[in-house]
Amino acid sequence: MNRPKTWLLVFVALIWAASWFQGAINPYYFDILITIGINIVLGVSLNLVNGYTGQFSLGHAGFMAVGAYVSAAMTIFLCPRWLAACGGGSTAESALFLGALVAGGFGAALAGLAVGVPSLRLKGDYLAIVTLGFGEIIRVMVQNTEAVGGSRGLSIPARETGLFTTYLAAALAVYVVVSLVHSTYGRGFLMVRDDEVAAEAMGINTTKYKVMAFVVGAFFAGIAGGLYAHFKQFIHPEGFGFLRSVDIVVIVILGGMGNTPGVILAAILLTILPEGLRALAALEALPVWLRGMIQNRMILYSLLLIGLMLTRPQGLFSGGGKWLRWWKRRQA
Amino acid sequence: MKRISFLVVTALFALGVAAIAQDEIKVGLYASLTGGQASYGISQNNAIQLGLEEINQAGGVLGKPLKIIVEDDRSTPGESATIVRKLIANDKVCAILGEFASSRSLEGGPICQENKIPMISPGSTNPKVTEIGDYIFRTCFMDSFQGTVMGRFALAKGYKKAAILTDEKQAYSKGLAHYFREYFTKNGGEIVKEQSYSSGDKDFRAQLTSLKAAKPDMVFVPGYYNEVALISRQARQFGLKVPFMGGDGWEGDSLLKVAGNSLDGCYFSSHFSADNQSPVVQGFIAKYKAKFGIVPDCQAALGYDTVKILADAINRAGSTNPAALRDAIAATKDFQGVTGKISLDANRNASKPAVVQTVGEGRYKFVENVEP
Repeated sequence: MNRPKTWLLVFVALIWAASWFQGAINPYYFDILITIGINIVLGVSLNLVNGYTGQFSLGHAGFMAVGAYVSAAMTIFLCPRWLAACGGGSTAESALFLGALVAGGFGAALAGLAVGVPSLRLKGDYLAIVTLGFGEIIRVMVQNTEAVGGSRGLSIPARETGLFTTYLAAALAVYVVVSLVHSTYGRGFLMVRDDEVAAEAMGINTTKYKVMAFVVGAFFAGIAGGLYAHFKQFIHPEGFGFLRSVDIVVIVILGGMGNTPGVILAAILLTILPEGLRALAALEALPVWLRGMIQNRMILYSLLLIGLMLTRPQGLFSGGGKWLRWWKRRQA
Repeated sequence: MKRISFLVVTALFALGVAAIAQDEIKVGLYASLTGGQASYGISQNNAIQLGLEEINQAGGVLGKPLKIIVEDDRSTPGESATIVRKLIANDKVCAILGEFASSRSLEGGPICQENKIPMISPGSTNPKVTEIGDYIFRTCFMDSFQGTVMGRFALAKGYKKAAILTDEKQAYSKGLAHYFREYFTKNGGEIVKEQSYSSGDKDFRAQLTSLKAAKPDMVFVPGYYNEVALISRQARQFGLKVPFMGGDGWEGDSLLKVAGNSLDGCYFSSHFSADNQSPVVQGFIAKYKAKFGIVPDCQAALGYDTVKILADAINRAGSTNPAALRDAIAATKDFQGVTGKISLDANRNASKPAVVQTVGEGRYKFVENVEP
């Protein structure tokens, strides 16, 4: 099983090489690129819970919020002190940023554990309600904590997130999820999804597997939150509300539940689509009425989603396996 | 797939950029044209387009037509940063007209500051906004001023016991409540009860029961129009008949439609009054009404003034060089706008009058002008 590991290393090396040129990228496209990376982390990690393990979580934005605020608080309150203690330098700064990210991830994982242990004994809709409630609790808590800006929002002084960190996180998220799914744990996840009663009858501790998927998913959501906070440099509790969770669920459903390559493609597509429509609406070559229609791009975006769900309910990209098999047969 | 879609998008952007003619002066505008606060964003954009038309009819700026590139941020956090980057990097704008929502100005502002592109917010009242840096301006007054104005007004009316009902979700509401409380208690008033709600709530009976029990002379409700209308209706049904007071967040198109006559005799502070008979104000109202069919609200008035101030500054600067433009905006003094005489102070905040309005006979009525 060292094929995925090779892929991971090759990809990380490529991203590292590419990140040397990130200063030359147009800032707007760079913003989109980073957003794609963050959405990949979010989609892939939620896919572990919603797709592979078959639990319906609506609280992913809540975990993202935990990661964002924990890492931002580290950067704002602790890092200046530590930097002063060790004499500063850009290496120390990067190290502290990575530390803040990981702390955000662990914070979110802890929150995932706290929510998961009592609530993962629930099934289906009930779990959705509990996770939804959790997301709202986080949002309201942040809103009322003046130390992190409360309802005004929190500004983060330094922009640390770059191409390398974002795509390193994305690669790690994919690697961990793929490896987990192909391990004994993965069999457990799939079994919980396919038939929980049968799994229990076989002596599988279903709660353990569910909590595990949940905690790993929350960890990466926290990392994504940290990346987001250190890229946009401003976080606001409203940005981590219910609708944000739904956005991530849409990525997973569109990509195909339990289909990691599909989810990655969906994350890319759903990030580019609204911006592409924005560019289309600005085209002066198009007639005015058409541009006006495209200007209401969120309506168009929703219509596209409805259309996609009607024609491909199994997820946009879940036919990919067929092509892959065909390609492999040709190779053989 | 990733590369292909990216190439397609890049090509589209390139086309879009190339389609814009070269000999114009370009300014960016990011506003919430859809989503939760679209009502404000749309009237802001309408008024800016009206102002733009007038500027271009009068010969544009520096002899060239002014062009405004409008982008919608869906009232969503995270989106402002992306589109401000687009406006600066792709459209190469020389200045940006910002959001009325402080949270979105705080998101877009640092990017303007980093790229040294001047940004003027027409309506962000949170003090933090202009603290971002020396390229960020505002043309409205701040939360502190509005809260204090209403505190002073309440005392002048002879009210001694006030209750406060704050929207916990909005920094705006909390800010106004803070400055109102400070002024009111320092000058002999007493806050008898404080309660809070969250924007989006529909039922306020619990809070109102508690406020009624405290027997206040008046209730300060610095919220937005959606909730204020419901609160006043429910309060009157409850028999809580004391006057309500609030800030410019009250002024939305649905306030009077929902509240009916339950807000009669209540007061709020705002940026301008349609009752003002000065030719500048009446001219603006007539033109706005002719074009959009409704009476402009305060966000429209602020947007109109802001685009005029910017055009004036570009002419005074004599170029679109960001540093020169920045200095010209900072030097704005006694600009006669719809929302009063506007001067920018050393902290890039506008010093200008507020008006207090009252509600009656299904419309807003002018009460008094409060100088800064």
